[in-house]
Amino acid sequence: MSSTESLVERSLGPIGQIPLGEGRAFHVADHHIAVFRLREGGLAATQADCPHRGGPLADGIVGQNSVVCPLHAQRFALATGLAEVGDCDISVYPCRIDAKGDIVVTIPA
Amino acid sequence: MTTAQLGDIREDGSATATRRKLVVIGNGMAGARTVEEILARGGGELFDITVFGDEPYGNYNRILLSGVLSGQSDATDIFINPLDWYADNDIELRAGARVNHVDREAHLVHADDGSCAPYDKLIVATGSRPFVPPIDGVMNGHGPRPGIFVFRTIDDCSAIAHYAQSCSRAAVIGGGLLGLEAARGLLSHGVEVHVVEAGPHLMGQQLDAQGGRILARTLREMGIGVHCGAATTAITGDDHVTGLTFKDGTHLACDMVVVAAGIRPNAELAAACGLDVERAVVVDDQMRTQDPDVYAVGECAQHRNMVYGLVAPLWEQAEVLADHITGTDLSAAYEGSKLATKLKVMGVELAVMGIKEPEHDDDEVLQFSEPQRGVYKTVILRDGRLVGATLLGDVSKVSYLTQLFDKGTPLPEDRLELMFDLGAPVAAVPVGALPDDTQICNCNGVSKGDIARCASGGALSVGAVMKATRAGTGCGSCKAQVEEIVTWAAGGDLVEDPSAHYYVPGVPFPKAELVEQIRRLDLRSASEVFDALAGGRDDPASKMGLTSLLRTIWGPDELGDERDARYINDRVHANIQRDGTFSVVPGISGGVTSADQLRRIADVADKYAVPMIKITGGQRIDLLGITKEDLPRVWKDLGMRSGHAYGKSFRTVKSCVGTDFCRFGVGDAISLGVEMEDRFKGLEAPAKLKLAVAGCPRNCSEAMVKDVGAVAVEGGRWEIYVGGAAGAHVRKGDVLCTVDSHEEVLQITGRFMQYYREHARWLERTYAFVPRIGLDELRAIVVDDRDGIAARLDAEMQRTIDEYVEPWQTEAAAPVTANQFAAPIAMSV
Ligand code: SRM
Ligand SMILES: Cc1cc2nc3c(=O)[nH]c(=O)nc-3n(C[C@H](O)[C@H](O)[C@H](O)COP(=O)(O)OP(=O)(O)OC[C@H]3O[C@@H](n4cnc5c(N)ncnc54)[C@H](O)[C@@H]3O)c2cc1C
Ligand code: SF4
Ligand code: FES
Repeated sequence: MSSTESLVERSLGPIGQIPLGEGRAFHVADHHIAVFRLREGGLAATQADCPHRGGPLADGIVGQNSVVCPLHAQRFALATGLAEVGDCDISVYPCRIDAKGDIVVTIPA
Repeated sequence: MTTAQLGDIREDGSATATRRKLVVIGNGMAGARTVEEILARGGGELFDITVFGDEPYGNYNRILLSGVLSGQSDATDIFINPLDWYADNDIELRAGARVNHVDREAHLVHADDGSCAPYDKLIVATGSRPFVPPIDGVMNGHGPRPGIFVFRTIDDCSAIAHYAQSCSRAAVIGGGLLGLEAARGLLSHGVEVHVVEAGPHLMGQQLDAQGGRILARTLREMGIGVHCGAATTAITGDDHVTGLTFKDGTHLACDMVVVAAGIRPNAELAAACGLDVERAVVVDDQMRTQDPDVYAVGECAQHRNMVYGLVAPLWEQAEVLADHITGTDLSAAYEGSKLATKLKVMGVELAVMGIKEPEHDDDEVLQFSEPQRGVYKTVILRDGRLVGATLLGDVSKVSYLTQLFDKGTPLPEDRLELMFDLGAPVAAVPVGALPDDTQICNCNGVSKGDIARCASGGALSVGAVMKATRAGTGCGSCKAQVEEIVTWAAGGDLVEDPSAHYYVPGVPFPKAELVEQIRRLDLRSASEVFDALAGGRDDPASKMGLTSLLRTIWGPDELGDERDARYINDRVHANIQRDGTFSVVPGISGGVTSADQLRRIADVADKYAVPMIKITGGQRIDLLGITKEDLPRVWKDLGMRSGHAYGKSFRTVKSCVGTDFCRFGVGDAISLGVEMEDRFKGLEAPAKLKLAVAGCPRNCSEAMVKDVGAVAVEGGRWEIYVGGAAGAHVRKGDVLCTVDSHEEVLQITGRFMQYYREHARWLERTYAFVPRIGLDELRAIVVDDRDGIAARLDAEMQRTIDEYVEPWQTEAAAPVTANQFAAPIAMSV
């Protein structure tokens, strides 16, 4: 995301929608986003589809702050989107839990 | 980046030119490889490099195109150097720009996008293009007519694949390597494929008549039509293709055509600027044209009268060119390639070297042919030396023969050793003895030396070496050899990677010690294991294996079950597929079903518009393409139990009709099969367990090649086989023992499986486990109870069976986690 784009925060509803340690996919305003609820606390949000062959990243296994795609095990850092296994990086989005306990993700408007 | 080291002021005060300009025309396999070789010799400091490529991509591995055509790989999978690579190495890539004029006087090349580039040195690497013979009705002015294709580029693949969707029958003109590759790619598009060859047999360049016939037979068995001696004279049809007409007047109906009738070097550009061109651009032993500033390499080059059409020679050419142009070794000389190639044609392995047919009266020929298996071998000897060999369908002797051929070493006493491994593997050349320059990976041109250097240079695993050298990443036929070399090169010098013995990569204990630690520290979840034993590092690649182990140790009830430590298949009890949907395979014990079950399956298939219903290789029925959110509904409507076709667990027991129906049956295979599957269903294990029961040694249910099999023999007895396999690995099982009753079969097989669960490594199938432990040892433990643990193993197995919870109906009624089966959650804006 370049800094000139305008960004907006969107609520994705209660944190309880995502079990601890797992991810779930969300569609919000044309964006397909995978949100992960990390065991060590906090959230991470990435593009939903693996850049390799479109695998559903929300169905991946998370660990050491990365997610492993369920289809061919390419691996991406959740904080930066950098590919740890694989050639292509992914987009990541700032994501937090607000005071009401809702998931809030920041995406381009 | 620092620039112009060479352009600094010399000691004598004279200024040298800044870095010289190198222009490469053609971004194919030869062009890009040559640039890599130049960079490897410090050429990045000597030259500003500009590469022109007609195709709008980075550089890719053309020989893997048939995989792209078949849909088996994506175009992105075959890229050798993506666009980033050019940027990272400061190479200016003009992708999509075709050079149309070279001005040698002015040292300038001009491209069709109006750009031009000056050069000090120029490399012509324009490759070849498909040759389209003058057949009536092929061309319409500038190119092939709609429905007629050539096969050379990624774009050709997309065009063919797209067009094939609306076709039912495709003809490939040309029965050589290219044509067969095209045919293979087309097969997966659901069209009937016919290969049409004008010559008397297939692959005339590589095979003699008999070899060609055997290959044709193999192809026919794959469902491909083969027409030899069929010279195409016309392609019929007006706005779309309707068929081919042959010289003898006969006709073949088809609605699309791929022309793969050979290639022609792209040498016009070079000819137009006055370079010597015969069949291709003429070069000397340094790959230079008559103009000392211009080199040519690859399929567009003609060297000592040879024009090559395979990749292996161009790897050698690229090295010599790079040695010379960078000044690394001005005496480097290319002396031509001895043609020894290994190919995979339609999945059939083929190795050819030297001559394919005897040329002199006293040439000796050894020949072996076994058409049933598609195997054909000839070896041609002259004056006690190997001068030619063809191996089709079985290339196990290829490294040995290549050695004899390349080095001209004397032949073995017993000539049969040239073709077969007799007794002990005497003839196999140990990898250590192979010369360094032996090419191991033909797809990527990687020699034994490259692999060994990479391994001894610190690449710790076979995977790392493969990644760094690309060896083994093409067709994969050399993988075993690569592994052997890495192991050899790593030798005793390198410390063995200790993690090879860990049960899972992220927790530093072999299985037995890990189990002990888990029990001692009472660890009940993956997180607890990581915290206690791995410094808190929760390696995602270790989670699935840990979860399986914890469930085996504690059983599901006693476990702090962390769903997120499971693989997706085990979270939703179905197997994930390439498009993110799932497959549903209900349990059908022993392969025995009923009209009622079939009716329910049919109803579900209708109700959920299931895209594919398939009889599996495991004697049951697969509903493919189910979305995650439909899974619970599908299960409820089926009202059947899970077949566990997704986990590392007990899968099926295949059966045959046995004494109930079969006139040869000596044991009741159906009842036993059903009993076994009902008893052990869903049992979790370090890897899959697939079983079968056969009613007699005719073995119709393949029990002898299953993880565990029971085969009825005369006298109401059952032979128990273990460690069989017929998947990626083929192994006949070993007879553990022979027993007298169904009860004993259930007991001994259960005990064996429990021992396997406790002692096998993660993902170690029985075909590896049984030989590792040894049959005698297993028999002593499982059958003779030497260690006095049989009762405990039996009890443990019984406990596991008692604790079994059927997951489908349980979780369809009550999902375990939030949105367990949800589709992506849509947020309204
Ligand atoms: C559905 C089925 C093919 C079919 O249509 O017939 C199948 C499908 C898959 N097999 Fe298989 N195998 C199927 C029978 C077999 C058989 C035949 C048999 O069971 O008798 C074998 C050889 C026996 C064996 O395993 O030794 C077989 C050997 C494999 C292997 C190689 C295992 C090995 O180590 O040799 C794999 C890969 C693996 O396990 O890592 C595999 C993996 C797979 C996977 C799970 C690949 C994956 O991870 O996605 C396939 C799932 C496709 C999907 O989209 O759902 N499949 N597979 C068969 C299901 C049988 C069933 O009813 O459960
Ligand atoms: C489907 C298929 C399967 C094959 N399988 C095998 C196999 O199994 N084993 C094997 O050994 N070989 C195989 N080959 C042959 C192998 O791919 C070639 O030998 C190899 O690609 C030759 O490399 P090259 O660089 O000389 O030509 P190319 O790879 O064709 O590269 C030439 C490049 O130059 C570009 N170009 C041409 N003219 C210009 C211009 N004027 N301006 C700019 N760019 C230009 C072209 O667009 C092309 O990208 C196969 C080929 C095909 C098509
Ligand atoms: S053989 Fe098995 S793993 Fe391979 S494609 Fe077929 S189903 Fe998939
Ligand atoms: S689709 Fe993600 S790794 Fe292949």
